[in-house]
Amino acid sequence: MDLSRLTIDAARSAIQERKTTAVSLAEAMYDRIERDDPTVGAFLTLSKERALAKASEMDALAAKGEKLPPLGGVPVGIKDVLVTKGARSTAGSKILGNYMPPYDCTAVARLEAAGAVVLGKMNCDEFAMGSSNENSAWKPVHNPRDLSRVPGGSSGGSAAAVAADMAVATLGSDTGGSIRQPASFCGVVGLKPTYGRVSRYGLIAFASSLDHIGPLTKTAKDAAIVLRMIAGRDPMDSTSAEMPVPDYVAELEKPISGLKIGVAKEYFGEGLDGEVRKSVEAAIQKLADLGCEIIKLSLPHTKYAVPTYYIVATAEASSNLARFDGVRYGYRADGPGSLSEMYRRTRDRGFGTEVKRRIMLGTYVLSAGYYDAYYLKAQKVRTLLTRDFDQAFKQVDVIVTPTSPTAAFKLGEKVNDPVAMYLADIYTVTANLAGIPGISMPCGQTREKLPIGMQVLGKHFDETTILRVAHAYENAA
Amino acid sequence: MKVTEKDVAYVADLANLELTVEERVCMLQDLNSILQHIDSLNELDTAGVQPMAQVSDRYGMDESKQGSERFAYASREDILEGLRKSLPHDVALQNAPDSDGIFFKVPKVIER
Repeated sequence: MDLSRLTIDAARSAIQERKTTAVSLAEAMYDRIERDDPTVGAFLTLSKERALAKASEMDALAAKGEKLPPLGGVPVGIKDVLVTKGARSTAGSKILGNYMPPYDCTAVARLEAAGAVVLGKMNCDEFAMGSSNENSAWKPVHNPRDLSRVPGGSSGGSAAAVAADMAVATLGSDTGGSIRQPASFCGVVGLKPTYGRVSRYGLIAFASSLDHIGPLTKTAKDAAIVLRMIAGRDPMDSTSAEMPVPDYVAELEKPISGLKIGVAKEYFGEGLDGEVRKSVEAAIQKLADLGCEIIKLSLPHTKYAVPTYYIVATAEASSNLARFDGVRYGYRADGPGSLSEMYRRTRDRGFGTEVKRRIMLGTYVLSAGYYDAYYLKAQKVRTLLTRDFDQAFKQVDVIVTPTSPTAAFKLGEKVNDPVAMYLADIYTVTANLAGIPGISMPCGQTREKLPIGMQVLGKHFDETTILRVAHAYENAA
Repeated sequence: MKVTEKDVAYVADLANLELTVEERVCMLQDLNSILQHIDSLNELDTAGVQPMAQVSDRYGMDESKQGSERFAYASREDILEGLRKSLPHDVALQNAPDSDGIFFKVPKVIER
């Protein structure tokens, strides 16, 4: 079987029609991982026993002639920040190096209930903090399209595995662009749903008001299939919304002519690479050719999004990461001294540099005397950024932007300049602050053959329309 | 606003971090460069703007309802076992770096 074009439906129907088995497909994936992953570094842990048990279960169904569930036998990978019962989950951090979760993340449980075969856990930046995957405590991920370059982050392993055909689909998490930016860098599809669309239960928290779980896939249709399975209210996450889940796949083929597409000038300004601009503009022209109406607009507070994000995200992180203290789970540093000294030594040795930097920044902006100047100010600007989108979506159905200002950069290029690294997220953080859905689609490549991504942003809970636009573009391109 | 060495030490203390001498030097530099970037927010007049802590009180619910009424769906009567049974003792302790089988063990807190 050719793994390189294998989509969810193709895999599932091949197993359903007994052209292959789920077990042999999983084994073919593991062979591929064994062959290629030493140079890519996408996987942290393999869960073979669990995968093969699920695959056998699906094969038994197919043998009986029963209809397979929507992801029946489909090999998937799970970002390491999503906990998996009995399968090591480190969040890319040494402090959770030996952590064996006693429960499953809701999104993972729902995928498995839909028949998915979980191959293993995907490498990522430590606690999902990073834009290049170089902050993984274990090893960096190399971009399969060019091994000297980063895959993006923080869901770098999730994106690289799909790009290198080591999984048909993966789950990632997105707090400031961590699904969409690596999808763009690796030339795959990445969807961040609306805040509240997918339960966060079992996602190791980075910034609770900005964290989202979503799929990375080869096609928009596959993203629609996965989203349909993982979306919906979960009593274990009080912020998951009580909203019906549409049949995204059934809606995909609806023609997009007549849709109003917004193009915001702030996303095409200084800092945008010329080749990326050209590709995204050509994609917008393609959408116009498909009958969409292109409307120029302004999202005036966009330039304040990155500073706002780095206050809100780090403040929430400093609080969320306080739980790692070497008492109940994870790493504990040896040595003499008091309880307080044990805490400090554990956190000092257990956390990497970027995580400590963000804990420090978050603690600083929340500390007495600075709370109003930084944290409260950022929360107010967050309101302004959200109002920008509210206004824009009165005029348009979706907004199309570049996903990232550049294609994938070289490993090591930005590691010593945190601000430059943070600016890689300049076009993606806005959707996290406002909670709106966004999808990154491949839309061409640079002269050096590096993938370029365009982002389609939509209204709250209107994943349907962004998926339709992405699907129509994919079919026309 | 400029972060000083004293601030770094104070904030590290609040965050339960020790940091090496080298780390403190880098942290001082990095925090100042990030905060300089963040200072651009002061260009904006936010008087009268409501702060936004999260998205879910604005979207995805019955907009005719106000305040906690909006989240009525997320509350329920207390039930003995909760939504998910509590973890058995041994499972809850299985990841602990140190335990006696009943409690988590930590270094001595009170000297006598």
